[in-house]
Amino acid sequence: MPQIKPVDVVIAGGGFVGLTLAKEITARTSLSVLVVERGQPRKLADYAAGMDELDYALRFRMMQNLSEETATHRHSAKAAAVPIRQYGSFNPGTGVGGAGEHWGGISYRFYPEAFRLASFLREKHGGTLPENLAVQDWGLSYEEIEPYYWRAEQMIGVGGRAGNLGGKAVDGGNVFEGPRSHEYPIPPHKQTYATTLFEKAARGLGYHPYPVPTATLSRTYTNPDGVTRTGCAYCGYCTRYGCMIGAKAQPTNLLMPLLAKRKNFELRTGCSVRRVVHQDGKATGLTYRDETGAEVFQPAQIVIVASWTLNNSRLLMLSRVGQPYDAATGKGTLGKNLTHQVSQATRVFLDKPLNAFMGAGGLGIGISDFDGKEGVDRFAGVLRGGNIRLMSTGEGPVGGFGAIPPGEVQSEWGSDWKKAALAWHDRVASISSEAEHLAYRQNYLDLDPTYKDQYGDALMRLTLDWTAHERAQGAMLGQIQGQIGKAMGGRVGPPNSRLLERYTVTQYQSTHVNGGAIMGTAPESSVVNPWLQHWQMANLWVVGGSAFPQNGSGNPTLTILALTLRAADGLIDRYLKKPGELA
Amino acid sequence: MKRREFLTLPGSSLGGVLLYTLAGEPVRMQAQTGEIKVPLRFFTSAEARVVQAACDRIFPSDASGPGATEAGVVIYIDRQLAGPYGRDKYRYTKPPFVESVPEHGYQGKAAPREIYREGIQKLGDFASLAPAARDEKLRGIETSTFFRLLRQHTIEGMFSDPLHGGNAGMIGWQLIGYPGPRMSYREEIDKAPGQAYRQKPASLAQIVGHPVTGWEDEKG
Repeated sequence: MPQIKPVDVVIAGGGFVGLTLAKEITARTSLSVLVVERGQPRKLADYAAGMDELDYALRFRMMQNLSEETATHRHSAKAAAVPIRQYGSFNPGTGVGGAGEHWGGISYRFYPEAFRLASFLREKHGGTLPENLAVQDWGLSYEEIEPYYWRAEQMIGVGGRAGNLGGKAVDGGNVFEGPRSHEYPIPPHKQTYATTLFEKAARGLGYHPYPVPTATLSRTYTNPDGVTRTGCAYCGYCTRYGCMIGAKAQPTNLLMPLLAKRKNFELRTGCSVRRVVHQDGKATGLTYRDETGAEVFQPAQIVIVASWTLNNSRLLMLSRVGQPYDAATGKGTLGKNLTHQVSQATRVFLDKPLNAFMGAGGLGIGISDFDGKEGVDRFAGVLRGGNIRLMSTGEGPVGGFGAIPPGEVQSEWGSDWKKAALAWHDRVASISSEAEHLAYRQNYLDLDPTYKDQYGDALMRLTLDWTAHERAQGAMLGQIQGQIGKAMGGRVGPPNSRLLERYTVTQYQSTHVNGGAIMGTAPESSVVNPWLQHWQMANLWVVGGSAFPQNGSGNPTLTILALTLRAADGLIDRYLKKPGELA
Repeated sequence: MKRREFLTLPGSSLGGVLLYTLAGEPVRMQAQTGEIKVPLRFFTSAEARVVQAACDRIFPSDASGPGATEAGVVIYIDRQLAGPYGRDKYRYTKPPFVESVPEHGYQGKAAPREIYREGIQKLGDFASLAPAARDEKLRGIETSTFFRLLRQHTIEGMFSDPLHGGNAGMIGWQLIGYPGPRMSYREEIDKAPGQAYRQKPASLAQIVGHPVTGWEDEKG
């Protein structure tokens, strides 16, 4: 195997996390940093011709090619897993920028108590918690992560309205959120007809609506790194697309312009990382397949695993780093606490046209009255809640066609169906939710014994199903969604309760899959310490959503970026001064 | 070499401009005359006629406006099946193929183009049947993978950008009032709440000012 010039730091994955780490390290040290990315470079100039719903939103042109690599799924350890053969419940990215290019920009913070969830639930519910619950504390308090939330919000340019400034509730923001040290860097977006209807209805019911925080800029903004981006044009080609004007925070327009100028930075594309190489408890580099298919060993002093959440755990498993989790005994840590997010949605059929093709990935109004510390208290059997929101994300003409109030027509094709679908077209809004997904002992990751990727390596296997708790969360959220929908003056469809009966890989829920290489307070119960440094290998860092011990409510990207910036501080300010375990 | 297959259509059947009467009834003004000979990439002429007849029952031309025939949906489907999507270039197709629960979706080995070929064969003399008999035949296969694809592809061919071969003359976008992939609604987004924003549709190629290649036309 050819061996090439050693580098100081090698990073597996050129997405939001890997490139943010590269930006921090190359700016603050003279270390040589190499990012190895399996996909291809991207540029904003390509994105205008990508305003095509068919290829991008329906055929997933920017995402991982599943014919080469996918994951398998089974509902329980007793069932046989089958491959996720076509796109469905989540969309892993590939290429420079990764999923950070085709995300929607929604940038929530998690609630303070979410970071110490195991302690919080024990205090609140005593010994009555479900026996198989596996939630853990993060080993990091909200107070400790708050400065990093603020740095991440400035870096990507989050627009919103604070609901809690230094402990003081502010009307018009999310009054249930944790205390903020600062107002948002920029104001929220303009609102649409549909979102203003939602806001009025929610306020009328006594709830506390707020503009959904988002990194699709509401106006021109220059971040502390000196990167200037223009404001959103509301074209609606946002989630699942790259933003051609760069209003959305994307690594290609946020990080690459800085990195391109750094002499100590190198990006190698078309190179698929295969293994973390290690000897005597120390990472020595990684191997990858280059564009010609040749296997290359890249030596490095520090190795950072920064690929998409499932791929982080998979790379560690294939590299035999750490002890795989055994669901039967509860021993081992690698692969445990797999979580997704609890989705629920209700359609509202309205009188007037919405122009739903206009919008932005993060444009919307939400409420969090049924979220956070006390929001779920009047719902028996619900431990944690979620947000409820109406988003104007920009609806495509294909995906947006065909919603009809239930029972109005008998068939899903033919003249009557067509007439009804045309009559209701552009008058249907969706109220949706993303709730916290608790960790359970029976939901985990391991290597699939049967199915392989293009190189013959085992695929990641997801053992995952919903429990009575998620169904109770869904019922609660569906009930409130329906209440708001009626108050909007609409006809309300039934919530999609089937979605939470059994985990389904065929229907998109979110790309918010987390866990597997979780952070925590002790090596017996977690893979990485609160700095995201591997417990068994001091020069190996595993950064991303894989570190979440369980999932919060709302979109996870901001929390991932805050953890990334904190990991960078740990590495640069502490580890480099005194190499060794930080925790 | 395979003999080149064509689908011959009356020009008057494709595209056109949609106008509305005072009562709100859609009227299509024909844009073209003569015959259009479309070279087929995947279907035989006979297969194309069956698919066209089936799409026409799924999304018919009727009092509520033009349908799959006017949008050239069959041309869209032919191109999709001939391209990487039809060959399953982006689906995980490694064995073993095991039947599983519905939550795991389609687990079969057959690619879309194989599903179509088999499905079309089962429809037999479909193109020569009367509309009611066609509907009955389609109702008999409603739950099949073939029909599920056919219905989805019909909607795609109605409303996706004309660069993919369907939505001829942007007739589908005219029908639903979609203005095309416009670059900015900065001024319009919070104006005139509850009123439809209506503009003559523009295609992606018109908006970016150069032809755009669909994924189906990509080499390799």
